[in-house]
Amino acid sequence: MSEERILTPVQAVKDALDVMMKSDENVVVLGEDVGVNGGVFRATDGLIDTYGEKRVMDTPLSEAGIVGAAIGMAMNGMKPVAEIQFFGFIYPAFEQIMTQATRMRYRTMSKFTVPMVIRAPYGAGVHAPEIHSDSMEALFTHMPGIKVVCPSTAYDTKGLLISAIEDPDPVLFLESLKLYRGTKDHVPEEKYTVEIGKGYLAEEGEDVTLIAWGAMMKVALKAAEQAREKGITCDVIDLRTLYPIDKDIIAASVQKTNRCVIVHEAQQTGGLSNDIIRIINDTSFLYLKSPVSTVTAPDVHVPFWALEKAYLPTPERVMDKIQYVMDF
Amino acid sequence: MTQSIAEQFPLIQVIDQDGKLLDDSYKEEITRELCEKFLKQLKLMRALDEKMVNMQRQGRIGTYPLFGGQEAAQVGSAYALEENDWMFPTYRDHAAAITFTNSFNLIANWNGRVEGNIDDSGKKVLPPSVPIATQLPISAGIAMASAYKGEQEVTICYFGDGATSEGDFHEGMNFASVFNAPVVFFNQNNQYAISVPIWKQMKSETIAQKAIAYGMEGKRIDGNDIFAVYFETKKAVDKARKGDGPTLIEAVTWRYGAHTTADDPTKYREDDNEKHRLNDPINRLEKFMNDAGFLSDGWIETIESENESIIEAAVKEFESMEKPNIDDIYDHMFEVNPWTIEEQKAAFKAFFARRANG
Repeated sequence: MSEERILTPVQAVKDALDVMMKSDENVVVLGEDVGVNGGVFRATDGLIDTYGEKRVMDTPLSEAGIVGAAIGMAMNGMKPVAEIQFFGFIYPAFEQIMTQATRMRYRTMSKFTVPMVIRAPYGAGVHAPEIHSDSMEALFTHMPGIKVVCPSTAYDTKGLLISAIEDPDPVLFLESLKLYRGTKDHVPEEKYTVEIGKGYLAEEGEDVTLIAWGAMMKVALKAAEQAREKGITCDVIDLRTLYPIDKDIIAASVQKTNRCVIVHEAQQTGGLSNDIIRIINDTSFLYLKSPVSTVTAPDVHVPFWALEKAYLPTPERVMDKIQYVMDF
Repeated sequence: MTQSIAEQFPLIQVIDQDGKLLDDSYKEEITRELCEKFLKQLKLMRALDEKMVNMQRQGRIGTYPLFGGQEAAQVGSAYALEENDWMFPTYRDHAAAITFTNSFNLIANWNGRVEGNIDDSGKKVLPPSVPIATQLPISAGIAMASAYKGEQEVTICYFGDGATSEGDFHEGMNFASVFNAPVVFFNQNNQYAISVPIWKQMKSETIAQKAIAYGMEGKRIDGNDIFAVYFETKKAVDKARKGDGPTLIEAVTWRYGAHTTADDPTKYREDDNEKHRLNDPINRLEKFMNDAGFLSDGWIETIESENESIIEAAVKEFESMEKPNIDDIYDHMFEVNPWTIEEQKAAFKAFFARRANG
């Protein structure tokens, strides 16, 4: 048993990059301000000192360029980890991901592949300026050919990022801005992996299944605490991977609790909750004692931060839905 | 004194429209053997293009993008590459890709077959890029990786005049230049992006001059002069291989036909192909070879008949392909499919099986 090593998720990102860069010289990091500045959130802090500017590349301010170049590098034998400074800045690269990165394996019958990771901090709640708080993961879970990962703990951040770098296909790795320094847990020093596609039962209960990921895990766990005070216990599932979703963990839990509330900070229509509801429909329809409920953002843009609290799901709103599914 | 754009980016030619040698410095390099290789391949590609159009009209392939008129730009640049170089063509560059790979598999692409995108040549040719200009940043990245790994490889990236209006043109050019990537950006300015003429596409006089903005070397060449194409591309490729950075080449050319078999160019431009035929890349080389005494009696007839057999064999092979395999829809999304795709595949198969069993 190694000594307790308590890190934040942003430190865990660097830890994972460090481990992978140490063991494989084809792993490189590229993005805006990732080198000398160590990333605007310090996720790549100091890597340039250890690995040099050939492996930790400060790039032009150019999202399509960053992702495009990463695709090229990945096809030519490297393992690029591209950073998009904020998830809301990824849109210029959307075409690169949709038309090239995710299609290359199919278009060449697996002759050329794109083992690339795109890291991007996402989400609201940190008083960031406009566009910096988007949570448009469903744009990418809808996109064929890319895995989407979104951890909520430092341990999972390191283990999943290592899995993402080792994955033979493109992975979008979403890091919660709110949790970057908003949580801490034990992170082993050595290399370890957390499997992509597997959720985690963060808390066990009997009455309601709560499903969340990333920053919403804290909200869900707080709601579960409030529910417990009222004698309602919850399974709280940390989805961790948004594509492919862990169907089994959802089905097993919902078949036990017979009720489910899904929490996400993305907009409702076309949001991932709809896919989770389809999974529950396909696997557990006859087990349900109430309709599956959701707590999401409305179909509006993330507001200017003076109003972001009114926009984001809160434990109280989740509790309200827990009560609804209990009373149905 | 400031030079005009025309002075800074003169149209580089080695032979003129009548096949007369304009630049003596290439005299030694322009051997009979080289000319024969060029002419045979140019004619082969022209015949292929014509065959494909006919086959589309007969319903034997789907929508087909024509390259007729651009053979010298594509064949000449492909011949400038080394075995281990990378090529990222567009959907109009099959003459370049086929010349480089010496495989006709690509024909299948125009009949809706993904198998057309790969071949056994071992060459690093990417599938034709369809989303305009997206191949530029990727080519920069491929080249950056070659440099990082210390491989002596160069990447050639093809694109048309319309692509220069896309954001990815800028991002790719800038990335390549900032990272000094061993890439050659080979633009074929055929003067029309479907129906939009170059003068509506941009206000700059040339495409080559856009290189200035990136601190990159830009060259404007006569894309219908295979010697200009071959030697200038070779220079750019050699320069990149030595680590001296990327080059933008604008090869000025003309497509005789429609954008694809699905449109009618008489709707948007005068039928002035007669004028352009005077500048035909194949005729120019033939005239040069004739003047140089490189054409012996009956040789052209011989190669044309050889070419015909090559195309016949390629079409025969294409038309004897096995039926497409439904599994191919599902089996090349990820190295290991997630349950989602496996479940969907099984459901479709079960449905078809149920239907087959009545």
